[in-house]
Parts: sequence; structure tokens; C-alpha cells
Amino acid sequence: MTPTSEAELGEMIASAKAPFEIIGGGTRQIGSTEGAPLHTSGLSGIRLYEPEALTLVAQAGTPLAEIESLLAENNQRLPFEPYDLRALQGTTGTPTIGGVVATNASGPRRIQAGACRDSLIGVRFVDGLGRIIKNGGRVMKNVTGYDLVKLLAGSHGTLGVLTEVSFKLLPAPQATATVLVQEAAATSAATMAKAMASPYDVSGAAHVGGVTALRVEGLEGSVAYRGKALASLLGGEVGLFDWVAQRDVQAFAGREGDVWRISVKPSDGPTTAEALRKLGAQDVVFDWAGGLLWMLAPKGTILRPAITAGHATLIRGEGQTFQPEPAPIATLSAALRQKFDPRALLNPKRMG
Amino acid sequence: MQMPKPNAEILARKAEIVARLRQVLPASAVIDDPFETKAYECDALSAYRCPPLAVVLPASTEETAAVLQACHSMGVPVVPRGSGTSLAGGALPTEDSVILGVARLTQVLETDYKNRFITVQAGRTNLSVTGAVETNGFFYAPDPSSQLACAIAGNIAMNSGGAHCLKYGVTTNNLLGVKMVTMGGEIIEIGGAHLDAAGYDLLGLICGSEGQLGVVTEATLRILAKPEGARPVLIGFDSNEVAGACVADIIRAGVLPVAIEFMDRPVIRAAEKFTHAGYPDVEALLIIEVEGSEAEIAEQLGKITKIARRHNPVELRESQSAEESANIWKGRKAAFGAMGQINDYMCLDGTIPVSKLPETLRGITALSKQYGLDVGNVFHAGDGNMHPLILYDANKPGDLEKCEDMGADILKLCVEVGGCLTGEHGVGVEKRELMHSQFGTDDLDIQMAVKDVFDPKWLLNPAKVFPLDASEGRRQ
Ligand SMILES: Cc1cc2nc3c(=O)[nH]c(=O)nc-3n(C[C@H](O)[C@H](O)[C@H](O)COP(=O)(O)OP(=O)(O)OC[C@H]3O[C@@H](n4cnc5c(N)ncnc54)[C@H](O)[C@@H]3O)c2cc1C
Repeated sequence: MTPTSEAELGEMIASAKAPFEIIGGGTRQIGSTEGAPLHTSGLSGIRLYEPEALTLVAQAGTPLAEIESLLAENNQRLPFEPYDLRALQGTTGTPTIGGVVATNASGPRRIQAGACRDSLIGVRFVDGLGRIIKNGGRVMKNVTGYDLVKLLAGSHGTLGVLTEVSFKLLPAPQATATVLVQEAAATSAATMAKAMASPYDVSGAAHVGGVTALRVEGLEGSVAYRGKALASLLGGEVGLFDWVAQRDVQAFAGREGDVWRISVKPSDGPTTAEALRKLGAQDVVFDWAGGLLWMLAPKGTILRPAITAGHATLIRGEGQTFQPEPAPIATLSAALRQKFDPRALLNPKRMG
Repeated sequence: MQMPKPNAEILARKAEIVARLRQVLPASAVIDDPFETKAYECDALSAYRCPPLAVVLPASTEETAAVLQACHSMGVPVVPRGSGTSLAGGALPTEDSVILGVARLTQVLETDYKNRFITVQAGRTNLSVTGAVETNGFFYAPDPSSQLACAIAGNIAMNSGGAHCLKYGVTTNNLLGVKMVTMGGEIIEIGGAHLDAAGYDLLGLICGSEGQLGVVTEATLRILAKPEGARPVLIGFDSNEVAGACVADIIRAGVLPVAIEFMDRPVIRAAEKFTHAGYPDVEALLIIEVEGSEAEIAEQLGKITKIARRHNPVELRESQSAEESANIWKGRKAAFGAMGQINDYMCLDGTIPVSKLPETLRGITALSKQYGLDVGNVFHAGDGNMHPLILYDANKPGDLEKCEDMGADILKLCVEVGGCLTGEHGVGVEKRELMHSQFGTDDLDIQMAVKDVFDPKWLLNPAKVFPLDASEGRRQ
């Protein structure tokens, strides 16, 4: 099914007798679900773009590429650097903005500019009863009522079918520089912590293949200054680094095995990776100053026992996709889901 | 403004309720003497007052849980309170409620510079969070003007903002985790030193929930490395429209200052009289601040002043020293206080799309004429968060009501042009009934369903946020 308006979608869900699998571009689904395919591609188009107000409103089925190219023409961008995991996951669809929001897809800039949930300022969605709901809006500062915007971000289509999403934007930087430090993973967390504790406004801090990479962005003069300052602080050099490859975890694309995305306290990054290696993990890409680990492990390897604080999501592979949560949180989450989708129609098996 | 009628049965049981509270808390943590409870009768929306049944001041999360459990089992409503600086009446008690103040929870529990966070008890004031980390070169970014007094608990409940949130975001963007107690007395921990949630973003839901979902006792906050320096420029224009156009051009040019503040003539005059900051007597004043090293500041200010000059400013003053910077900010920071010297005032907090600034200011001027009450405007121009200050005379019968009606009309105007009722102060009791103008029945119902999950009996701060007619069935 491919509804072409919010109202049509609302009626479809209100009268539904059986569950739906909600599909944007079909490029970011993780975990299992069941139900009749419900495509959001009929709800497409940019509704409003005000560059001088740094705001954009788009229908949920709008291709991400359409939004990114419009913003690029205007020297602006989505702050949170959404990743594209098609190569990693072997999918071929067209990523939509609704899928980005539903998975809270956030790249290296998360440590500086926040996650998708931080740039998202408004949503419209259809809940499991077929009701059309709005929350937030198109302004950057808004505390009117509860913040369901954050709740919907990363809810993987289980609380409602997103129909429209609004963002605050950032100017695209005039210049970018990356400082590279050749070192082992074990020392990288300390290097990244040092960079993050500097006043140089680091917008990316990664470690992959024996190289720690630190990014600064902004006006020409400022970037030149900060790049140099950071290089001398860390004993590194300004050099080239592929931040798109980093964002999309291209290092693991085409390689056999499960892929995990693990969020931990940054200083725990290297020790967690070591512990996971002992459990069988083969390779790691660090991001978020050590706080994000992408792990490649042989199919079926059990990694979660090594993660004491934080959480692990199985991005590619068979198994329990989402980290089980402590009982009180799990109870609240289940109760919320019941309120938003009492008939369990929306992506029923996904997220626990 | 109406509050629900107090529950007579609870009022009649006061002695028994207080006795029970004294069983679960040390005696000094329970206040029921009417002279002392009077200190808790209002927050900064001081037009509305009502002493609570009793006040409890727990000294730990466990005591908080014990007292909530007791109130829950007795069916007594609880109103959480931080420092009582809410401008929306968020901490306003009802006669049949117990105020739960977190003022005794002020400890720093952990500072971790490697991972850039601090964990504090929630009663700690906003400014003293920065105070705890600044010698190490860090700061806590959200900076409400009330930061000397307001508590992190209140900041989380209201999702408070500040002058510098254009760059650093508001509370929700700087909050990593909370420990909180539900109305039923269950202690839960959400988030922590890692980023983002494993499942639903409950942290994002708690932030801004105005003390209706749980009592926050601890918070883990992101701290940031202090920039090398910061410097403001002050730019005066002879029309609001031109000032607005200048802001739009700056943003369009790809410069993102940390703050863009806007004041109109009534506020400029009041601030100048009060602080002698040296403000020019102009129609509109912008204070734009940028950060970085000296060279970076110069680079950014160079771009900004070049754009500003195209708009023929009446005055353009780049700060050359720390003293000048302080002076430029002095008037802005004291603006509310300065207006308060002239008159009683009501401070509104609607947000509008920045592109609608001139149109909204014209609308406000028209309403000011229609109601015969003066208005001053001071606000965060970069993000469209307006703070119209309506002047009235509290001693003049009918003036407060007139002022409230005019405030309601201004907020409705904000919603009409695509904005919202409140950008950072919260709904509380003040804007509760206006929620119908921004939200439909279903929009409100699903929000109230969230409260049903956390607080099925609707005992925690129940008479806030939602229009009384909408929440009535649930509050019974
Ligand atoms: C002069 C002045 C300037 C201001 N400037 C700004 C500004 O620039 N930006 C801004 O955003 N706000 C501003 N405010 C508003 C106010 O300071 C903020 O809303 C602040 O966050 C309130 O904090 P508080 O500790 O005083 O909370 P309170 O007023 O005590 O309570 C506010 C709300 O929080 C709830 N609450 C309190 N403690 C808890 C808890 N432990 N758990 C759960 N809920 C709790 C209360 O029930 C209430 O709903 C200003 C106020 C004044 C008086």
C-alpha cells in the first residue's frame, strides 16, 4: 500500500485489521517485523524551506538526497550527518528522510552538533488508531506540551507512521580540516578526549586502522588556525580522511559477518573493543571520540555480555537486534507503545 | 486563571497526612506550619498564590521515593519544586497538594573531564554547575537569565534555554541522563555517560515534561570546553524591520554566532536608565556574540559588520575589551529587571519563525494600541523566541486581567504565524488553557496518554500543562 495523503493513511490504519510493515526507502530496517508493506513514498516533497530561518519541513517519504542537494545549493546542511548504510547492509532502495528520523540515524558530527533527535523540531504522524497527530512545529525553540518529537525519533516506526518532519539546519562550513595521529586503538581514546577538551570545537573524532582522525569545520581562517593548533596539541598532522567512508562504515562493506553498533562511555571504547575481540569480534571502527564502536564479528557471535554500561544494536545479522532494557524502562516503553498503537498494527515485532 | 477545587477530603485529613510524612522523613524535612508553607505559595508567576498542605524537603533519592510512595498511597497530589523561578506557574501549589522541594539535593556526585560530563543532584543551581567545572576549563552551556537561582531540576522540567542556545542548544540537547522517582515511588535511571537510547528516547520525553512524569533527583549533564574567547558587537537600527532583515542576512551568509539578542526602544530606554550601559537611543538594538581565538573572532565579526553596514545601522560598536563586552551585555541581562522598575510586567515567551518577525512585531504594536497597554520586546532573534513584556499596574483593578487577555492574543498571533505558545518558559498554569489554540483534541490526548503511563492516578503536578477541561476526566 502506498497512501498519497495523510488523511488516506489515517483511514487505512483506522480501518486496518492486520499489521503493517512500514517502509520508507527500505534501506535502514533492522530486526524483524511482519505485516503488509506500507510504503511512505507517496508522501513526498519538501513543504517549506526557509534558509534565513535555518528551517526545513518535508514529507516523510521525501528522498534524503533531494533534501541534501537542495540544502547544498544553499550552502546549508542537516547538522547530524545521517549515515547511509546501503553498502554495508547490501540494500538498494532510496533512503527517505522519514527513515532517517525513525532510526535516529546520526553520523560523526553527533558529538558536536547532536543526533538527529536534536535537530528534529517537529513531527506529524499517524498513530495506531489512525489519528493524525502533530507535535513540535517549525520553530527552533518550543517547549509547548510534551516532547513527542524526541520520542518518535528512533522509534523505528513502532509508535506511529511519520508523515512530516521538520528540522533546524546549519550553514555548511566554508572549510574543513582533519588532523591525523598515527597510533594504536588503546591510546586513541586519550587523544580524542584531549581534542574534545580543547577549545577547538572538534566536529568529528574517529579511530580506524591505526589512525586517529579529528575534524574541524568552519570559516577558512578559523579552520586553518584550529587545524594547526590541534595538530601541535596532539602531535599529529593535518591530512586527508574520508569522513563519508567513516560515516557509512565502508570499512565493513562487503565483508562477511555481523555488524554491531555500540554506544558506550567514550573512555570505555578501547577496553570494550578489546573485550569484544576476546569474544570473537574481528574488527572495529571507533567514532564519537571513542563512544561509538562499529564491530564486525563472525555470524552469531554473542557480544552483549561484554557491555556493562551502554548499549549494542545488531545492525546486520540475525539475532536480538535491540539491547534489552532494564525492567522499569522496558515496562514504561511497552506501556507507551500500547498507548500509541493499542492494536499492535505498526511494525509489530520490531524493537522487542 | 482557574485552579481545580481542592479535594475537601484531603484537606480534612491534613493532620494524618502530615503525621505519615513525618514517619517517612526526618522531622525537619516536613513543613506544615502555615507561616512557613507560605514561602512556597507561588513561583515567579507571583500573581497566583496558594499555600500548599505541606512542604517536604527530602535529602536523598531514597527519601524522595519514600515520600512519593506515601503520598501515592494516600492519594495526595504532589507538586515538585526546584528554586521556584518558573514564570509559568509550574511550581504553583494547590491547597490539597504537598510541595516536594529538591533544594537540599545540591551535591556534585561525579565530574569526568575525560568523558565531558558532570553528575549532580537536581537541586543544584544552574550557575553552580558551571562553577564546579570552570577552573578545569569547562562549562555547562544552557544559560537561562535566572541561572544564579534556578535549579537543574527546574531546567530539566521546563527544558530551559538561554542566550547562547543558538549554538549550544537548550537543556534537552545537553542532558545525558537522569535518576528520577515516579509518583508510585519507583526509582528509575535513564541514560548515562553514553550517547542516545537503546530503545525509546525516554530522556527526551522527561525533559520538558514540567514535573508531571516523575521527580528528577540526579542529572548527568554534558559539559563543554570553554572557547578561547568571546566578543559581542552592538548594532543599532532605526527600524525593527531592518534589524530583522540584518539577522536574516547574517544567518544566510553562513555565519552562526553564539547569540543574537534583540531589544526594541522601550526596553533599550529602560535598560539604559537602569544600568547606564551606554546604549544608543534607537528603534532596535542587536547584540551579536561570536566565539573563538582573537583571529577567529575578528574573522566572524568582520563578516557580520560588513553585512550590518549594508543595512545602514545608526550605531555599530565592536567590543574592544572585556569591560566593553560586559557593558554591552549588562543592559540586556538586566532588561527584565529594568522593565520591572518602571511597572509591573508580564513576560511572554512565544516563538515565531524568524521570517515572520516584522509581521509579528506589527501585530503586537496593534494589540498594544487596542488594549492600551505598553509593550517592550526583548528576545533571542536567532531562534525566533520572543519575549514581549506587557506593562500593567497590579494595583489597578482589572489591569491584570486586561494584560492576560492581551498576552493571550499575542500568543495566539505567534501560533497563527507558524510558531508556538512557549519557547522556553513552559506551559504551567499560565498558558494551559491556550493549548487548544495550538493543539487539536488528539494531539493533547496522546500527550495525556503519556502521563497515564507514568502517573496513572494523575497525582503529580496534575493541574498543569493541559487545559482543565481536557484533563478533567483523568484527574478525577
Ligand atoms: C528573572 C527570570 C529570568 C528567567 N530567564 C529565563 C531564561 O532565560 N530562559 C529560560 O528558559 N527560563 C528563564 N526563566 C524561567 C525559569 O527560571 C526556568 O523555567 C527555570 O528552569 C525554573 O527552574 P526552578 O528550579 O526555579 O524551577 P521551579 O520554578 O521550582 O519549577 C519549575 C517546574 O519544574 C518542576 N520541577 C521542579 N523540580 C522538579 C523535579 N525535581 N523533578 C521534576 N519536576 C520538577 C516544577 O513542578 C515546575 O513545573 C527566568 C525566570 C526569571 C524569574
